Amino acid sequence: MKVILDSGQIEQVLTELTDCILSETPVELDIAVIGIRSRGEVLAQRLSGQLSQKLGKDVPCGTLDITLYRDDLNSPHVTAQPLVRTTEIGFNIDDKIIILVDDVLYTGRSARAAMDALIDLGRPKAIRLAVLVDRKGRELPIQADYAGYKADTSPGKLVQVNLVESDGKDEVVIE
Amino acid sequence: MALKRKSKQFKWHRKHLLGLRELSAEEITYILDTAEGFEQISTRSVKKAPPLRGKVVVNLFFEDSTRTRNSFALAANRLSADIIEFTKKTSSVSKGESLLDTARNLEALGIDIVVVRHNAGGAPKFLSRNINACVINAGDGFCEHPTQGLLDTYTIRKIKGSLEGLKIAIVGDIAHSRVARSDMWAMTKLGAEVIFVGPPTLMPAQVSQLPVKVSYCLDEVIEKVDVINMLRIQFERLGGNPFPSIREYSHYFGLTVERMKRAKPDILVMHPGPINRGLEIESEVADGRNSVILEQVTNGLAVRMAVLFLVNQAAVQKLKAKNLQCKS
Repeated sequence: MKVILDSGQIEQVLTELTDCILSETPVELDIAVIGIRSRGEVLAQRLSGQLSQKLGKDVPCGTLDITLYRDDLNSPHVTAQPLVRTTEIGFNIDDKIIILVDDVLYTGRSARAAMDALIDLGRPKAIRLAVLVDRKGRELPIQADYAGYKADTSPGKLVQVNLVESDGKDEVVIE
Repeated sequence: MALKRKSKQFKWHRKHLLGLRELSAEEITYILDTAEGFEQISTRSVKKAPPLRGKVVVNLFFEDSTRTRNSFALAANRLSADIIEFTKKTSSVSKGESLLDTARNLEALGIDIVVVRHNAGGAPKFLSRNINACVINAGDGFCEHPTQGLLDTYTIRKIKGSLEGLKIAIVGDIAHSRVARSDMWAMTKLGAEVIFVGPPTLMPAQVSQLPVKVSYCLDEVIEKVDVINMLRIQFERLGGNPFPSIREYSHYFGLTVERMKRAKPDILVMHPGPINRGLEIESEVADGRNSVILEQVTNGLAVRMAVLFLVNQAAVQKLKAKNLQCKS
């Protein structure tokens, strides 16, 4: 097990992501942050907090459950039983710049599912993908707009993101 | 909002939903938790999600139904399944085709899930043993109506937070009610106390062996209960003369405005529908502020989506296990 980001580094990465998002988004546009359950949800809350503070206005935050949009639901090769949870987005996503947040970008399949789920909720002005860790191994033509830490991890490894809110401490490890 | 998730580590393994009697409290809770995730599909701009895309569901109804049938059809549609509607009256059953032959022929068309309602108790179980598709019981004889039991329980849990310690009266024609039985199993397993209320002639014969209290007087229980579920008088099933007159039944067992004055202020009034207005329940009460009758219908959709999703997932998992076996 190797720690690739500690709590200070995670905070620094999130600040960089926030600055990057702000520098590329015209101020007149409405931003909203939506996290993919479950680690993306926590990261989205932190990002929306930082964005709200720096913009001096409330940046709404929501949570997206992508289970129903997964492409392996009816595949007999799926490893774990999928668990359906709630999507909680208390605002209209139409015409907003949606910052879609996940902890790790790997195959790109979650991001694909998340985009399909979002489009069923409305028509955002744009969807931008922000991730804490960007690792190699894409299976779909999807890239992050805002990538925190780029990990050159071999396929057999597991990149585990632990966060205070869900796991008790901030840490990204490779197992 | 922090999500209460009591059943996170749980694995669902049933490819049929035949009744609630055989389910554990954990399994029931898992279905209800899953249903929470399906509720929002019905509230957004595109009321559809893709998890059952390419699957075929057949509504195999040998008895009349409005709510359950439409609810299952809509639930299947919202999950992107294709649905075949089957009714006894317009099918070859009227030519004498048996239940099994009908189901096997439908299966030969490539169906994945059978939603069956039948006047014979045990018909869904019989089907589940003889066909490969998933079977969901939508009401069998006087036995069970599991999705109604689940949606009633879901509705109560959503408003009251939990079933634990609640007193729930189920009033009316208990003997002919599969809803009463499914409600009883789900609600008692989740920690509620269920009281069957009705005239002795409408109580099931073995009621003392069921996990419920029995009362023959609605006035005795109305003040104590947190939830009251008024069953429909099923004229089509009543044989003989179970009560002297409709007026007398209403007088003793109807939920009237007068009776409601003695109930707890936050009592939930439920009815599985269709309502005989003015008979088992007065219109003012059915449409009143304590009534959750229409919420039951709305919640039924989410619950049925969850059930369709879960039985299909169990079928996928079983297929996976079979594949692994073949390899090894």
